Amino acid sequence: MTQARMIRAKLAVPINEERDHVRGPRAAPVTLVEYGDYECPYCGQAYYVMKDLERRAGNQMRFVFRNFPLTTVHPHAERAAEAAEAAGAQGKFWEMHDLLFENQQALKDQDLMEYATIVGLDIPRFVREMREGRYLNRIREDFLSGARSGVNGTPTFFINGLRHDGSWALATMMAAIEDAAREGRR
Amino acid sequence: MSKAKNQQETSGPNSVLGPGVPAPEFKLRSTQSLRPGRETSAPGFKLQTLPPDQFISLSELRGRPVILVFYPADWSPVCGDQVVLYNELLPEFQRFNAALLGASVDNYWCHLAFAKDRKLRFPLLSDFEPKGAVARSYGAYRQQDGICERALFVIDADGTVRWSYLSPLDVNPGAEGILDALEALDSKREVAA
Repeated sequence: MTQARMIRAKLAVPINEERDHVRGPRAAPVTLVEYGDYECPYCGQAYYVMKDLERRAGNQMRFVFRNFPLTTVHPHAERAAEAAEAAGAQGKFWEMHDLLFENQQALKDQDLMEYATIVGLDIPRFVREMREGRYLNRIREDFLSGARSGVNGTPTFFINGLRHDGSWALATMMAAIEDAAREGRR
Repeated sequence: MSKAKNQQETSGPNSVLGPGVPAPEFKLRSTQSLRPGRETSAPGFKLQTLPPDQFISLSELRGRPVILVFYPADWSPVCGDQVVLYNELLPEFQRFNAALLGASVDNYWCHLAFAKDRKLRFPLLSDFEPKGAVARSYGAYRQQDGICERALFVIDADGTVRWSYLSPLDVNPGAEGILDALEALDSKREVAA
């Protein structure tokens, strides 16, 4: 194997708490970043793994989600990302994020509208921002930061800034989180 | 899953062409033309016959950077992800005025079906006859398997290879190496200007 000379890809754009969507304790020793696509079936599976992982990791970990919609193969992914960002602007990012992943089969505009109602958004504002494409630039910025960081498909994870190249099964992720917590790098 | 993702090195055990050497010329049948404003296939014949002159040569792209992507095969899982990622990054590559070309030993019809299925907006070239001849000239042919390596080349506006990367066959090399190489070309040009 030539593994010894492999260089693991690094997160090109560091976490910015003002801008990024961060869930979990601020002081956690481990930050897990996902680049994901709301219409990607693997991201849909990973969503439930991440939920378990967050529960099990407790104070060890915080979770960050960035957009990586593959729009040509997932025609609803970008709209869904816009809906999540529009919800984020009203302080409800994670509520919308969760709903989208739990309803991946229904991501048409009328579905997004229903989710906006469920999470309790200011609907006229939501509609206006969706119509304007207010968050498209931000989504594109996420996408490019992912491409610069070595994201080559979805989901791609980074643990404390280094790409996680193993599987994202719960046990593997938990072990990687524990390793990172022990190393104490951030 | 392989751990061997993305080593950003020029050469591995096989020897792909490295930086500084002239990129070998080629002319290959393509799923699309890159020549602007030129209808290269009569619409009525598009599906029945091979478009008569839909070829792309490296020399016709002189004056702009070229991203040449050899990949093992249409329809294989990793290749699918890789071309979809590059398709998504086309606007970014265009910012550098770069032309993106995919190439494998698959034939034109196979490429066409693959490009349609993945909604690709960049040309796929058929290194079909003589099989793999262009890939060989770039050191990107796997004799033992009869397919192209997964190899990336960034060629500058003068036709010189500026960056290359041989990826393990089962690993999607992503795009950051390409983007870094294009950026390096750009900054060199600014210095020269």
